[in-house]
Parts: sequence; structure tokens; C-alpha cells
Amino acid sequence: MAKIKYIEFNGTEHEADVANGLSVMEGAVQNNIPGIDADCGGGMSCATCHVYINDDEWFRKLPEKEMGEDDMLDQAFEPKSNSRLSCQLIVSDDLDGLTVHMPEKQV
Amino acid sequence: MIKTDVVIIGAGPTGLFCAHQLGIIGLKCEIVDNLDKIGGQCIELYPDKPIYDIPAVPKCTGEELTNNLIEQIKPFNFNFHLSDRVQELKNENNKWLVKTLNGKEFETPNIVIAGGVGSFEPRKFPTKSVEKYDGKSVLYSIKDKTIFKDKSVIIFGGGDSALDWAIELSNSSKVTLVHRRDEFRGAPASVQKIKELSDNKTIDLITKYSIKDVKGNGSLESVEIKSESGESKVIKADYVLGFFGLIMQLGPIADWGLNLDKKTIPVNTENFETNKKGIFAIGDICTYPGKLKLILSGFHEGALAARGCFKYARPDEKYRFEFTTASNTIKDRLGVKE
Repeated sequence: MAKIKYIEFNGTEHEADVANGLSVMEGAVQNNIPGIDADCGGGMSCATCHVYINDDEWFRKLPEKEMGEDDMLDQAFEPKSNSRLSCQLIVSDDLDGLTVHMPEKQV
Repeated sequence: MIKTDVVIIGAGPTGLFCAHQLGIIGLKCEIVDNLDKIGGQCIELYPDKPIYDIPAVPKCTGEELTNNLIEQIKPFNFNFHLSDRVQELKNENNKWLVKTLNGKEFETPNIVIAGGVGSFEPRKFPTKSVEKYDGKSVLYSIKDKTIFKDKSVIIFGGGDSALDWAIELSNSSKVTLVHRRDEFRGAPASVQKIKELSDNKTIDLITKYSIKDVKGNGSLESVEIKSESGESKVIKADYVLGFFGLIMQLGPIADWGLNLDKKTIPVNTENFETNKKGIFAIGDICTYPGKLKLILSGFHEGALAARGCFKYARPDEKYRFEFTTASNTIKDRLGVKE
């Protein structure tokens, strides 16, 4: 279990306890947190669960991107070097305290 | 005006199998899809990715699944209307009048929406100032490449479309290719070619930059690009091309008076009808308690929606349940002889 903080583009903060094994995207969707669309449902084929990891240390601590994640991020709205697809961030105890920031929009 | 029993919106696996079920029970249908090919998300998003949860098929790709479904409905000779989109629905005397973007018209008692998460449309530049040039000097697809002859063209993107057009247009235009990172996701041969063209100064290649603003006085004059650390450059441009893949938009479906829950359409689970009589929704676009976005759920939903359509298409007939193994009527419809 990990406590994940989701911050909308307008600054609204949400916190959710997300069970291990779920993705950060699923944590948002299951808790009705707005700002993550996840059109494809976690298949890494749509880039609408895009988030920024603003904390450098956290960004480095996350599991590395797999093949294809950066390709999808090319198609996201305003991708940056600290962008991730939240469907690819699988929650474990290690992610307790992670904060993700949402982009202005997903498409 | 084409008269038919059912118009299916969406030629993905769910729409295709629903067509099969309609054929089996003796109904006709017409299938409309926004993409230029059959297969929906399976073909557009993951033609090569293996799928492991189709019953009795341990493993198949999106393309194989699509091809098999096409094969399965071949006996019925249904019409496909590709690169077209259902735009307007109107109800007249218990029939739906359906109009498409390309001007086709259908009259039908039933519409089955199997639209996935909407229609695929090009992903556009995030910059607001770009909008006023949209369709004129800012383009997301190319219909006539001769307009770029001897012009300055800036291409954004790192996939095959961006690379292929950069290579193609470099023959007759001044091409600048801008991409947000150093790696490209296009085919290795194209990436290699782009590097060569950049090395011999045929094209300008600028990486780690993205669009910031466009400037012009009536017509487009220049584009400002920015790096993540805030540096910016201004490049003279007659045309800007963006190739950022496709996004899925609900589009006109949102205007038809259907109940919507976020981007999905609530249905009953008896026949997958929506709040509008004669309009059914199946596959990823429908929602009900316990909904799973699986292809197999879409197949089940399509089978039941097809029976729902029968009631309106053949109001004077009683639907009879039959097995394909036993029914001679069905075998006739499939054109199989024993």
C-alpha cells in the first residue's frame, strides 16, 4: 500500500491509498480523481494518463521507462523530461509518498 | 438513401462480430468507420501486439483478429463506409435517418454504436495561437504535397509520419524537423536517412525543442520553438506540419441526446439499448454495472444487441433462437453446403 498524492493542473490536491500491484493511473481512476483519462485502459497505447514527477529524487527512484513509454509520451500533451505514463508506474510500498502532477490536459 | 436494418458505427472487433450476429439472424447492416481501414483500435493502436484473452485463441495479434473477423462476415457481403463518420441522427416515424460527413444517408430502425472510445483524430498542437492557421498553413495530414514546393516547411514529431514526410518533402522544400527528444520512434532506416539528410545539410534537424508560438500577419510567417530549459528560436515558415499520432474523441456521438457517463454510454444489459429506442451501444463505449473493457465482452454485447435490433427490423416476425451447427437457414445464410 502506498499513499499517492495527485495534484491537478489547477493545484487541487487529492490523496489516495493505492494497493500494491495497481498502477498509479488505476489509483486515480478508482478514486474518481480527475485529470487522468486513461482512454486505452492501461495498454500504453494512448498517452492520456500522462503525469509529471516534479521531484527529481522521486523521478530517479521510479522504475525505468520500458520500451515504448517514451514513444507514447511523444504524443502526450506537453511532454517534458520528467514525464511518465501513470499506467506504467506500478504501486509498491516503495512508492509511499509519491506526488504526481497532472498536465493542463490529456489530449 | 440506403435502407437497411442496422447501421453499425465502428468497424472494430465488437462492431464486426455484431455484424456477424446480424447476418446469422438474417438482418442486413451497413458499417461506418472514421478510419480508412477495418479493425478499430486493434489495427490502429496495436496491430502487432499479441492478445491473449480471446476465448479459444491462445494468442493472436490485433491484425490477425481483425482479418479473422473480416473472413467470418464475408458470406454476408455487408458494405463498409470507411474514412467517413456518422454526423447526424434524426428520428422520423420510428426510423432513424443517418447522415455522414461525406454526405451518405441511411434509413434504418436500428443503430449500433460500437465506437470504442470515439473516433480517431489527429492530435493537434497544444498552442492556442496555432488554431487560426489550422487547415491553411498548419496541417496534420497531407492531401496535396505540391503546395509545399519551394516553401519553408517545419515538421514536428518523431514517428514514421514525421520522418517520411521530412524525407519526401526535402526534395522540393526547405524542411526543418523538430522533435522533443534525441530518439525517434520511426523505422530505423528512416531515422538513418534523416541523420544523413541532416549531416549533409539537406534538412535542419532540431531536437529537444517543441512549439511555443506561431507568428504571422494574416498568413503564417514564423514559428517560435522552445527547449525545456527555456531557450527559444524563431524559424521562418510557410507551413507547419504536426504528426503527433491520433487521439480518440467522442465527436458527434455526444450531440445525439444519449445519456452519457463521462465518455461512455449507459445501456441495459438485456439488449444493450441506450435511452433512445433503436440505438444500441456495445464494446468499450458502453457502460453498465460490472462492465469489463474486454473484446470478449464486446462480442457478447454485440450478440445480444443484434437480437434487440431484430425486434425493430422485423416487428411482425418472431425471433427464433437457432444454433449454427443445426440450422439449415443459418447454413444457407453462410453459404455453406453439407
